[in-house]
Amino acid sequence: MSQAGQRAVDRIDVAYVANLARLKLSADETSMFQNQLQDIVGYVRKVMELDVTGVEPMAHGVPMQNVLRRDEARDGLTIESVLLNAPAKRDDQFVVPKIVE
Amino acid sequence: MMTDLAKLTAHEVLDLLKSGRCSSEEVVNELLTAIRSNDQQIGAYVSLDEEDAIAQARAADKARAEGGKGRLLGLPIAVKDVLNVSGQPCTCASKILRGYISPYDATAIAKLRKEGALFVGRTNMDEFAMGSSTENSAFKVTRNPVNRDYVPGGSSGGSAAAVASKEAIAALGTDTGGSIRQPASFCGCVGLKPSYGRISRYGLTAFASSLDQIGPICSDVRDAALLLDVMCGKDAMDSTTVDLPVTDSAAGFSDDLKGVTLGLPKEYFIEGMDPEVEKAVRNAVRTCKDLGAEIIDVSLPHTEYSVATYYIIATAEASANLARFDGVRYGHREDGIDPIDMYCNTRQAGFGREVKRRIILGTYVLSSGYYDAYYLSAQKVRTLIRADFGSVFKRCHAILAPVAPTAAYRIGEKVNDPLQMYLGDILTIPANLAGICGMSVPCGVTGKGLPIGLQILGAAFKEEDILRVGYAFERSMGQFSRNS
Repeated sequence: MSQAGQRAVDRIDVAYVANLARLKLSADETSMFQNQLQDIVGYVRKVMELDVTGVEPMAHGVPMQNVLRRDEARDGLTIESVLLNAPAKRDDQFVVPKIVE
Repeated sequence: MMTDLAKLTAHEVLDLLKSGRCSSEEVVNELLTAIRSNDQQIGAYVSLDEEDAIAQARAADKARAEGGKGRLLGLPIAVKDVLNVSGQPCTCASKILRGYISPYDATAIAKLRKEGALFVGRTNMDEFAMGSSTENSAFKVTRNPVNRDYVPGGSSGGSAAAVASKEAIAALGTDTGGSIRQPASFCGCVGLKPSYGRISRYGLTAFASSLDQIGPICSDVRDAALLLDVMCGKDAMDSTTVDLPVTDSAAGFSDDLKGVTLGLPKEYFIEGMDPEVEKAVRNAVRTCKDLGAEIIDVSLPHTEYSVATYYIIATAEASANLARFDGVRYGHREDGIDPIDMYCNTRQAGFGREVKRRIILGTYVLSSGYYDAYYLSAQKVRTLIRADFGSVFKRCHAILAPVAPTAAYRIGEKVNDPLQMYLGDILTIPANLAGICGMSVPCGVTGKGLPIGLQILGAAFKEEDILRVGYAFERSMGQFSRNS
């Protein structure tokens, strides 16, 4: 039994979701996206039309197993290259605003 | 002194380089001349370091004089601005990465570099590969070289435009939902999306990790085979790569298609598609039949669900992959009273509209209360889409289809209707969802002269099959892709 018949069209609350995604939208963007994304949500719910009972979800193009390697130290990027693009740095560290409790 | 080097294919240039009839520096100088005179109008490149290009060329010429034998020694390649090349900018056409310099080579780049290739120029794209027209670049618009009022396609529009306008001999693109095949089709060049797992994604700025693939955009099928062979292979840095022997993909090339069975999926000749596109593709099918192929009708019944499935899965993965752009370690930073405020201000200032739209949609479909209905459902439908191809490939070696329902459209025509834009991807998306390989080869032009591509789809890891079909077809077309 498909879900689409039973489930009403979901309403997306763009302001709420944008906050989850750490995006600070302007009022204009919020209202524009609200309309556009509501349309898109209304379209993508098409996937619920199919009966997928017993179908396994496909997360990857190739059969994936948990890939392990020996726990041995290897060379990585140098500290200098890692800090190359840092907006703010000091003493081999990235500088960020203080975390306010 | 050779002229018109820029108009040759990569394999032709390599022959000249190997036989000493030209130098890499001459090739690069020709490209730079072409770029200087044309790119103002085309906009294929977002950045180009001319001095560095010549230095690389000189080093390659020196290496060759000293006995260097790399398969691509001295060949300049343009790179979509989404792939890390050590010491070069990598902006993903986004303000959020303006000024970023790559500290390392992507594996695919390292493999090309090992064979002596040069990396000349960073090509324009839709921001973070999100788009189908290159109109979502934060920096500039790229124009279709065939008609500058038209889009080059996307998201690898810069790479396709560079190759089509002879501002590059060959280029790299990436394809998540069609972003190599569609711009290749719109610009009249060859574009190959390898099977998922063929080419390492290490060093490719991730958009959708279960869909992204790097691939060549070039002038002919032989070039595509060559670049594929160099770039592919298992990589410890990307656990999704497969352990398959690297072969000579051009070994099976033949002028005919005797013994080859090709499938025509009825769902891909969609209502409302441009009749000129349909005609060109059906003519191409007839050509393949004349070359000895058997043509059968096939069905991919879940095609109509592919756009919906894709825009759930790809945006969900993108929302996770783009979380790293927060102003902390690299890229643009806007100040904030605390880190979270900094993230919000940075991302607001740094991301363009389409990127924000997709992050929001992706966050939504993964969020509590919606995950099962959207994301999990989409993952299951994906299994059905893949199974459709599995059944069809039991009956034929490859599938022939259009690449897109239309040829290139006017710049600005679709920017205000995201959903309409998304629906244009219906014919390319399924291959990414299924993980199979696909290629676009030029097969005609519209009455207005805009290129039309023939899409050739093959089973996973059967690039040889689609390359063989593409080669024979291209040969019979008398090198249609060459605008001389």
